[in-house]
Amino acid sequence: MSLDKTSANLGKAPSGDEHVVENPEAAAAAVTAVDPRLLVREQGLLGYWSEFKRKMKAGELGSLPVVLGLAIICIIFQVLNSEFLSAQNISNITVTMVGTGMISVGIVFVLLLGEIDLSVGSVSGAASALAAVLTVNQGWPEWVAVLVAVAAGAAIGALHGFFFAVLGAPAFAVTLAGLLFWLGFMLKVLGEDGTINLDSEGLIGKLTTYTFTDVAAAYGLAVVVVALFFVSSFLGNRRREAAGVPSRPLSDTILRTGLLAVVSFAAAYMYNQYKGLPLATVIFLAFLVATDFVLRRTPYGRKIFALGGSVEASRRAGINVTAVRISVFAISGGFAAIGGLFLASKIASANQSAGTGDLLMNAIAAAVIGGTSLFGGRGRTWNALLGVLVIVSIQYGLQLESIAEPVKYMITAAVLLTTVVIDSITRKTQKTAGRA
Amino acid sequence: MVHVSATPVLALRGVSKRFGAVQALTDVELEVHAGEVVALVGDNGAGKSTLVKTIAGVHPIDEGAIEWDGKAVSISRPHDAQALGIATVYQDLALCDNIDVVGNLFLGRELRKWGVLDEVEMERRSRELLTTLSIRIPSVRIPIASLSGGQRQTVAIARSMLGDPKLVILDEPTAALGVEQTAQVLDLVERLRERGHAVILISHNMADVKAVADKVAVLRLGRNNGVFEVKTTSQEEIISAITGATDNAVTRRAARTSSTNGEVSK
Repeated sequence: MSLDKTSANLGKAPSGDEHVVENPEAAAAAVTAVDPRLLVREQGLLGYWSEFKRKMKAGELGSLPVVLGLAIICIIFQVLNSEFLSAQNISNITVTMVGTGMISVGIVFVLLLGEIDLSVGSVSGAASALAAVLTVNQGWPEWVAVLVAVAAGAAIGALHGFFFAVLGAPAFAVTLAGLLFWLGFMLKVLGEDGTINLDSEGLIGKLTTYTFTDVAAAYGLAVVVVALFFVSSFLGNRRREAAGVPSRPLSDTILRTGLLAVVSFAAAYMYNQYKGLPLATVIFLAFLVATDFVLRRTPYGRKIFALGGSVEASRRAGINVTAVRISVFAISGGFAAIGGLFLASKIASANQSAGTGDLLMNAIAAAVIGGTSLFGGRGRTWNALLGVLVIVSIQYGLQLESIAEPVKYMITAAVLLTTVVIDSITRKTQKTAGRA
Repeated sequence: MVHVSATPVLALRGVSKRFGAVQALTDVELEVHAGEVVALVGDNGAGKSTLVKTIAGVHPIDEGAIEWDGKAVSISRPHDAQALGIATVYQDLALCDNIDVVGNLFLGRELRKWGVLDEVEMERRSRELLTTLSIRIPSVRIPIASLSGGQRQTVAIARSMLGDPKLVILDEPTAALGVEQTAQVLDLVERLRERGHAVILISHNMADVKAVADKVAVLRLGRNNGVFEVKTTSQEEIISAITGATDNAVTRRAARTSSTNGEVSK
């Protein structure tokens, strides 16, 4: 009986994908957890190319469309105006994007659940107004006001989450109500003057104006980032090898580290050509690294992805669905508040137009343009960085060309639509390739 | 020969369950031993699903007793059943499409190291588990969405094995599967038996039942209608127990077709 034969071979079954089999007969008898139909990646550079081609055909584009789009945007604006890729302009773009980018990080969390938060614009405005009133009118220390504003944002988000998760109201409607309510709250808090000027030398003011002027700061950060990346990948691979599960070859790690090094040091060089490394960008990157870690490496992040995949499966697996939902909306509110503080810092005031206009749409568009799925379960917080880079680059490029606001809206809309269309088409391709 | 222990892992004694005016189960008896596959069969509405849900703790029983390893226990919540060592694989598999095989196997009981997911250890254990069960899937790192129906079923069953349960309940594991995939799942059921697990298999498919089960427990209108040794029982006997009569639609059809065959051969 064949069953006996297979069970007799269990003990000595090879465990690696890349195991080279010399005796085909023994291979047929041995049972591995790996299907023989699996395409094993070829080694070396050729392997990357064939893997890349296969992924493109299967519709696994990942961040490729947005990176290509960003490159095209840069080339077009650079041709139109050689100022576009100047150190000053790029530095300004990467500082301006932080406010919207932070809000977009929160949106990525909510989109991962397959939900939407329409209140983030108003919540960001309300938080900045709260911080301004507490520091300027009430005389609180700025750091306390900042903490209170962020905590208030998280509490507001948790409140929205409560209505959605516990009472079962659709998130769309709850946060739409939140959009109106917190807009009213902000106007009320700001009072009759409507504008509170912040101390541009204070903590909130410095958020977007402070730069590490020392040349060593930017290079130092680049060295630390590259070294940390290499060491963690290297040690991770060593652990995988020791445990006998497939691991990346060293050449792969070196290639990735090399790419990261090129990008990091180019950025550091560029910042040092202008005023130095901006504090805002460093804080944004730190939040991106932290949130990416939470989402992909912690049990909490796994729960968020699980809920985005199947609520019923998550519930049966013992995940506290209500708690995770409320916490995700709290995160969204918290990041909205953080983004609001950066936006207020940029204009050194809290005014009645904070959190209104195209802010909400830009934050959602950034997450989607970056590659986060609108249907839940797919996305990374780095998507927010890529998406917001695209949006703010377009704004700055059009400003250099002195193209008016109406055209800016239309072009941003075209980019968003293109992204969503690409997303839909790749989703179809992925379905036929069995990956969605 | 499969070794069967003297004390059943699970024994139901005179179990009854009512839903309002409906008497779903009446005085049902069932015994499952370690290393034994018991098929639970019956027509739609016979009470199979209700019986399984009482064992799994979804619906607590109204009357009767449940014995676990010879001792009376009460199962009033799904958690109680899990704590005893009962794993249930429901018909809708409850897997997350967007998460890879390793993530799904460990969903809700992730291994941690300093509060962080221990992916390496989870992957190693997943491969070990899948290898022991001779489950073949393209890779443990692809999302469930890229697996076929049969592969998903085997992943769902493998998932139930992670807690090393004593009793595994499979609710129609082959209902939606093709020939090859059905064979894979049946192989897997046999492997569970070899490893000494007790298995309750709910199935409508007599061929599957004959292929892997040791005993067949028939339910009819919420009551026991016989327990048969598979080896010594014909398919017709089981079917007549399910339908409740020797004269039933299946036998009439069989008689009709054989008589027409006879006429043709003349």
